[in-house]
Amino acid sequence: MSLELRGITKSFGALVANDGIDLRVETGEIHAILGENGAGKSTLMNIVYGLVAPDSGQILVNDVEKIIKEPSDALASGIGMVHQHFMLVPVFTVAENIVLGHEKSGFAGRLDLNDVRARIKDVSDRFNFDVNPDDLIEGLPVGVQQRVEIIRALIYDAKVLILDEPTAVLTPQETDDLLKIMKELKSQGTSIIFITHKLREVKAVADRITIIRRGKVVGNASPDASQDELASLMVGRPVELAPDKKEHPIGAPILKVSDLTIRDITGRPLVNNVNFEVKAGEVLAIAGVQGNGQSEVARAMVNLENLVEGSILLDGKEIIGLSVRDSLREGIAFVPESRELDGLIASMSIAENLILDLHDLPPYAKGIQMSPATVLSEAEKRTVEFDIRLQSVQDPISSLSGGNKQKVVLARELSRPVKMLVASQPTRGLDVGSIEFVHKRILEERDAGRAVLLFSTELDEVLALADRIAVMYRGEILAIVPAGVSAQELGLLMAGVVHA
Amino acid sequence: MFFGGLLITFSDSTVLKHIGHPIAFVKAGGVAVWQSYLALFQGSIYNPSLATPHDSLLAWYPLSETLVSAAPLILAGLAVALAFRAGLFNIGAQGQFIFGSIAASYVGFHFHLPVGLHVLVAIIMAIIAGALWGGLVGLLKARTGAHEVIVTIMLNYVALYFLMWLLGTTAFLRPGRRDPISPDVLPSAKLPLLAGNNYRVNLGIFIAIAAAVFVWWLLSRSTWGFRFRAVGANTAAAKTAGISVPFVMTSVMAISGALAGLGGAVHVLGSDFSLTSGTAGNFGFDAITVALLGRAQPMGTVFASLLFGALRAGGGTMQANTTTPIDIVLVIQALVVLFIAAPSVVKWVFRLKNLKTTGELAAKGWNG
Repeated sequence: MSLELRGITKSFGALVANDGIDLRVETGEIHAILGENGAGKSTLMNIVYGLVAPDSGQILVNDVEKIIKEPSDALASGIGMVHQHFMLVPVFTVAENIVLGHEKSGFAGRLDLNDVRARIKDVSDRFNFDVNPDDLIEGLPVGVQQRVEIIRALIYDAKVLILDEPTAVLTPQETDDLLKIMKELKSQGTSIIFITHKLREVKAVADRITIIRRGKVVGNASPDASQDELASLMVGRPVELAPDKKEHPIGAPILKVSDLTIRDITGRPLVNNVNFEVKAGEVLAIAGVQGNGQSEVARAMVNLENLVEGSILLDGKEIIGLSVRDSLREGIAFVPESRELDGLIASMSIAENLILDLHDLPPYAKGIQMSPATVLSEAEKRTVEFDIRLQSVQDPISSLSGGNKQKVVLARELSRPVKMLVASQPTRGLDVGSIEFVHKRILEERDAGRAVLLFSTELDEVLALADRIAVMYRGEILAIVPAGVSAQELGLLMAGVVHA
Repeated sequence: MFFGGLLITFSDSTVLKHIGHPIAFVKAGGVAVWQSYLALFQGSIYNPSLATPHDSLLAWYPLSETLVSAAPLILAGLAVALAFRAGLFNIGAQGQFIFGSIAASYVGFHFHLPVGLHVLVAIIMAIIAGALWGGLVGLLKARTGAHEVIVTIMLNYVALYFLMWLLGTTAFLRPGRRDPISPDVLPSAKLPLLAGNNYRVNLGIFIAIAAAVFVWWLLSRSTWGFRFRAVGANTAAAKTAGISVPFVMTSVMAISGALAGLGGAVHVLGSDFSLTSGTAGNFGFDAITVALLGRAQPMGTVFASLLFGALRAGGGTMQANTTTPIDIVLVIQALVVLFIAAPSVVKWVFRLKNLKTTGELAAKGWNG
């Protein structure tokens, strides 16, 4: 089935989210739509799926115009969508979730699931989904939950499947599985619209690529195009994906972690006897698959973990046992793993978020009286220095894009006198332009002679930034390797394989 | 207002007589509704029939009553609103109010102190009593994670039965009385009247408004308030930025309790003068309503309390001057509140739900 969009336009107030977009997806094609956060990809897909009404434009299915006013119209036309955030009821089984809204009742009004069970089995076998209709959703890994969403679309006869940022929530392994599934679906005639900003995935599966910037189609590309070319089209200027890392003298050790053990409340060690040190002017990356104890090590650096043994010396001073506030004020800049949950307060203003840590010190406060004027004027300075794009520093932080939010966190953490930067997944969920900025800024800190402790699950990021790489596996440091290590070798280490 | 009107119409026996004749029925209904709302206004703000040839200003007597019942409510409402902004649901304003009134009353009738100083000491003791009772909740929450709603509900019972027990002891029982009522506070401990002896309106309303200004300053201009709001909006981020969450919880509950305790003092020293088992009335619970109605903003809480005070003061007149039964008066009050508060209540409930789902999604999505 082919899908064609002609001149789709949609504005929200002064913001033109989609500006005359034309797009054609052929039968059995994986069509990638590439664009930065806020480029208008999601709005476009919500229009196709009937969640948002366009101001003008046409949608054609198999060259016949269709009026799509709500998702049921889209489904009837053979268009299915898997949202970035899954629409599943956690306490229901797979079959119950899929039948939701289409229930059939059997004897005495009992919910009849036999039919849907059989169809799930059928789809699951056909595409190697490995999904059991009677499993509870809440017990399934994220990757499998996503397959349930795909099954739901297929069962209701979707011939064009929209996947909105499907890999954002997946581990590298799950991502590979999903890409395989996408190829399988394509080989059986389903068209896929693949929304993403991850270049490697696009190159791996897409047949054609459409690039959207600021609501407009700015070009088409074939998957043979280089990552740098695609990134430049996406951002609208030349981009250096691999930051320019200069050779740089390394100084004295700043951070010395010895025999660090962190337990959960049941006493089970999450981090076991970890030792490492970071020198001035050096980036030590701690790599590993999510959930191998890196998050806990990062949090322990500023005493956010409770059951910690061992020693963390910053410039010779013991950190363990200090309050969070005092550890930060000893000279640690801390970029937490989740900026939404731990880094920022969504309902407070940008200016207030910039001084969460220093709000009770001059110049922001005298005694307990705060000085709102200083808070605002200092915030203006920060936004210029860190190139934070905003309308007013008094707007709530939730009005900013992901990249600008992360810049706010960086601006706050780097405006104290700092000896060491601890950055945990600093570019997770960011677009190319923002990643470039964050990477540059991290290297600037290194070049200024600070110790940088980087926690990342992204191989590319680790390889691009690190001077040395420590790999964590099941709460222990498996190996510490120099920066020149190959991606394959690093991947194996992250999977727990050590060469003899 | 409209639903209230329907209720008045159908509960009025004179109106119901006309039920066979639609036009007469609607006419009689209109008269009944008009009279009821007029009575509500006369009972709460201005009633010309109260004016005497000597003193035409007496027509304003109902306004004085409105202010008298609003003052303690403003203070208790501020207590709830403040805690709310720090993410804590203080159901315990009632208990803190009771402790404040006990302290104020005991200082008021037991000690003999100079005019001025006496009332000041009574107020300060009430603030301390409320702060301790409220701070206890914050401390329990910070130390043990006990949920503040459960703790405050239980402490309300403790406060109420402690008060009843006290009223049975010789120290608190009014000489010559066997029913549970304490002696009146001494004149030197009473809050000064503002408009002469004919009106009950007293310094309490100014204390309440000053407290509202203080809470506004605290929340929007002080480092303490900054921390309260930060913890209230996102505890994890506040903690990560180095704010001490246990300290915030304890201090915000202590200040909240102090405000409610001050409310108790204003009530006992300003209008009731003696303690009974029903001293706190419904103040602590109405406080939750006015705080929500005022969207947890200090000035909003003041206006919501004034509305509430007016409804309370006007209800009696509405009942006396019309054939509307007292139950319907109360239902109408509840409806007025419901229709004003519904959007904010609904919003609040939904925001809570949203927070929970995103938390769950994030926990499942990104840590998996």
